[in-house]
Amino acid sequence: MAVPVGYYLVLAAALFVVGLVGVLVRRNIIIMFMCIELMLNSVNLTLVAFSRLQGNIEGQVLSFFVMVVAAAEVTVGLALIVNLYRLRASTDADDVDRLRW
Amino acid sequence: MLASSAVLATEEGGRALAEVMSPAAGSAADFAWLIPVVPAVSAALLLLFGKRIGRFSAAIAITAIGTSATIATLVFVQLASLEAEQRVLVRTLGTWISTGRFTVDWELLIDPLSSIMLLLVTWVGLLIHVYSLGYMHGDERYSRFFAYLNLFAASMLILVLGSSFLTLFVGWELVGLCSYLLIGFWFTDRANATAAKKAFVVNRIGDVGFMIAMFVVFATFGSLSFAEVLPEASTLAGGTAIAIGLLLFVGATGKSAQIPLFVWLPDAMAGPTPVSALIHAATMVTAGVYLIARASPIYAAAAESAFDVGLLVAWIGVLTALVAALIACSQNDLKKILAYSTVSQLGYMFVAVGLGAQAAGIFHLLTHGFFKALLFLAAGSVMHALADETDIWKMGGLRKVMPFTFWTSVVAWLAIAGIPPFAGYFSKEEILTAALDTPGAGGIWVVGAIVAGITAFYMSRWLFLIFLGDRRYERELDDVHPHESPLSMTLPLVVLAVLSVLGGLINVLPRSFVAFWAPEEGFLHSWLEPSVTEFVGETALLPELLALGLVLLAGALGIALAFRLYLRRTDHAALRGRLGWAYQASLRKFYVDELYEHTVEAPGRLLADGFATFDRRGVDGLVNGVARLTAGLGRSGRRAQTGFVRSYALAVLLGTVLVTVLFMGGLLLGGLG
Amino acid sequence: MALLAQTGAEGATGASAELWIFLVIGALSLGSALAMILMKNTVHAALMLVVNFFTIAVLYAVLQAQFLFVVQMIVYAGAIMVLFLFVLMLLGVYAEQQFTDRIPGQKTTALLLGVLLLGALAGGVAGPYMGRDSACNVAGASSVAFTGCRGLDEVNADGNVRAVGLSLFTRYVWPFEVMSVLLVIAALGAMVLGRRDEDLADLVDRVPVSEPAATDEEPSSATPAAVAAGEQEERD
Repeated sequence: MAVPVGYYLVLAAALFVVGLVGVLVRRNIIIMFMCIELMLNSVNLTLVAFSRLQGNIEGQVLSFFVMVVAAAEVTVGLALIVNLYRLRASTDADDVDRLRW
Repeated sequence: MLASSAVLATEEGGRALAEVMSPAAGSAADFAWLIPVVPAVSAALLLLFGKRIGRFSAAIAITAIGTSATIATLVFVQLASLEAEQRVLVRTLGTWISTGRFTVDWELLIDPLSSIMLLLVTWVGLLIHVYSLGYMHGDERYSRFFAYLNLFAASMLILVLGSSFLTLFVGWELVGLCSYLLIGFWFTDRANATAAKKAFVVNRIGDVGFMIAMFVVFATFGSLSFAEVLPEASTLAGGTAIAIGLLLFVGATGKSAQIPLFVWLPDAMAGPTPVSALIHAATMVTAGVYLIARASPIYAAAAESAFDVGLLVAWIGVLTALVAALIACSQNDLKKILAYSTVSQLGYMFVAVGLGAQAAGIFHLLTHGFFKALLFLAAGSVMHALADETDIWKMGGLRKVMPFTFWTSVVAWLAIAGIPPFAGYFSKEEILTAALDTPGAGGIWVVGAIVAGITAFYMSRWLFLIFLGDRRYERELDDVHPHESPLSMTLPLVVLAVLSVLGGLINVLPRSFVAFWAPEEGFLHSWLEPSVTEFVGETALLPELLALGLVLLAGALGIALAFRLYLRRTDHAALRGRLGWAYQASLRKFYVDELYEHTVEAPGRLLADGFATFDRRGVDGLVNGVARLTAGLGRSGRRAQTGFVRSYALAVLLGTVLVTVLFMGGLLLGGLG
Repeated sequence: MALLAQTGAEGATGASAELWIFLVIGALSLGSALAMILMKNTVHAALMLVVNFFTIAVLYAVLQAQFLFVVQMIVYAGAIMVLFLFVLMLLGVYAEQQFTDRIPGQKTTALLLGVLLLGALAGGVAGPYMGRDSACNVAGASSVAFTGCRGLDEVNADGNVRAVGLSLFTRYVWPFEVMSVLLVIAALGAMVLGRRDEDLADLVDRVPVSEPAATDEEPSSATPAAVAAGEQEERD
């Protein structure tokens, strides 16, 4: 039997949620960042699946754009993380709490 | 619309009504408004620039009051030149309050009663200003003192010249204020400041009565002006008349130190002696008597009704006279003795006005003004000589050293003791005769006669212990060399002495010598006729001559007793012991102050503490509570700022899920439907 | 590519090749994702993510997005993950992950909400497309409105790359250009941020990791100067 597009969508949703929970649960900043990338990927998957459904290439184009932006984001983000590490000597997100009451 | 203020419904039918007129332009009465204004301006000047003017302040002040005195005399002369019925003038200066039904103008009422009072206030005031030259010499707030004296004079003159209850009340309050300022003149001494406060507060209590009386008057008559209220007084319902009479008297007890509000007067002796002479002998304390004399038609109306308020006034007056006289017998402070004497003599005046013998009351007011002012000034002279000593047991034998002071004091003594032909005799006699002639007032006569005797006793004690006998000051006091006071102080003494001698003749001459026996024919009486109700006496309890003789006898006995006790060797300690509780009661002023402290002051303080606590805990607590609540909310609220990115992310997720679920749910439901 | 397109056709067993691929790759994808978030060792987690990216790339290929298949492998798995691994190595691979959470209830709530969200998404978003006509390569599917799969056969007629390129350089040329500017800016930004300041003293605010930051005060004892001095001491 053929695969309904919905299956891909469910898989993407699952990956999204996994990524989301990962962001909330893990304390290592870099791992958190990676989870965010996972979430972005799941969104890409969703876009591509829909693109196939609609018969429209624009979904893939948008997905392409997302990838580019993700790349840029990772670049800057990791630079920031390195800076943060230099400041705090720690990769624990919970150690960045200067705005705590 | 103006009617004469001189209506008076006497039992013998009304007098001819006269239209109240404005004074002729350019006449003295037309300038009567200067009488209070000149001292007021002078006071303002001295208050603002006193420091710079310095010594010259006295000259300014004396000139101001002198001007007032001159104008007052001219006004009197002018009034005298008019026909009796026309001697009521109203000088309007402008409108003060004008709202709907209630209008009050700045008006002066110039009639016989006010003109007599004017003369008293201005001339005695002038004498005391002159006296203060010497007495307050060297005081560092010299100009301030004269400013206050002038201010007081202005206030009293407003009181006397006011043509409505409200204007009178303005003067009333101002006089109270000046009294506070002057009593507490040396305020750096705590006791003086407290005495001033006490005077003011007790006065205030009386003022409430006065104010309520004004409310009732306004409610009844729709106006507060004398010209509109007093002629209509006979139309008053009995109850209203009683109410007004009582309330006005409450005000008068405050100002004129009667029972129960007399406690401030002895304490007021903390002020400089000229102040005591002016305010607490001649002028301010007589304001109450003046008020009741002025409102005599109302008391006459009340007398017709079920309850004769006037009789109550007279009884309170004579009881006050008795109590004060008894206290005076044991006091050792020379000014305190005079203070209680003032309270006592004021009681006499209230007897007179209460019984409807207004003229007698005013007569005594005048003569008392003379000899009491004289006595106070003499006391000041003695204190000045003995470095402000006040204990009479530390004086004695000053006769030789201070002849002027001594002889003028003798005159005053004779006057107050009621020895003819000195002033006090005539006025006191008239009052007692009025009591005799009023049904139901026989008891008043008896008490009054007894008080006359006691008066003679304690005043003789005063005189003997200060001026005669051994020179105790040489033993008791160090380094005092008493000498006669300077001219600025002795001159007023002499003038007042002359007035004390001749003053009684006001009511005798110039009509005829018959007036010696029949005061109602006297000059003062006829002069005051347009202003006050006529006294109508009825059959006397005792024949007049007998009564006269009894009173004179009482006086003589008093003097004799004092002579025996104080000019002959007496063991005073043993005497005090034998008198026991009577002496103690007298010395402790019958514990009235203590009584007030426990019954009024203590609950008052409790109430005040209660309110203060309520304010602190309740009101402030509420405000602070709100602040604390806000802070508390903030404190708990800020816990949301964990600083952890992950918890913020969780919050975002929560919101997202919520929105998503709702959205999806909506879609689902929409899709299914 | 025709091979892959044929995967949609039903095979003898009744399940198409596409289904098998989906199941296996999908399981791998999910599994690697879960592994990534559960692994303690950070490098292992990164490697799991690489696996995940590869699986997603394969899925792209199945979904007729051949261009993206390649780009995904090159950019994501090839560049981005390498970057991640670099930084990981740089920043202390040995940092132990402590599982005691300072925020009470974080894990539970996150899990709960995640499940909830999954349910909402799967039910709401994926729901309408679970039917047979949403499956592509089924005859007549394209004619079904809304939920029918149209497939990219027409669009990809001249090749997927060409289709993407066409769209990219005509309709979306403006965003494309902006993207390139974005990349330049990102590169510049990374360079600026990555600079190491010359003065050691105002460099490091070395707060000891174990200290709970529960107070409001400045960590006065750990001023950069003091810590730098401490650093100096250690070296000496």
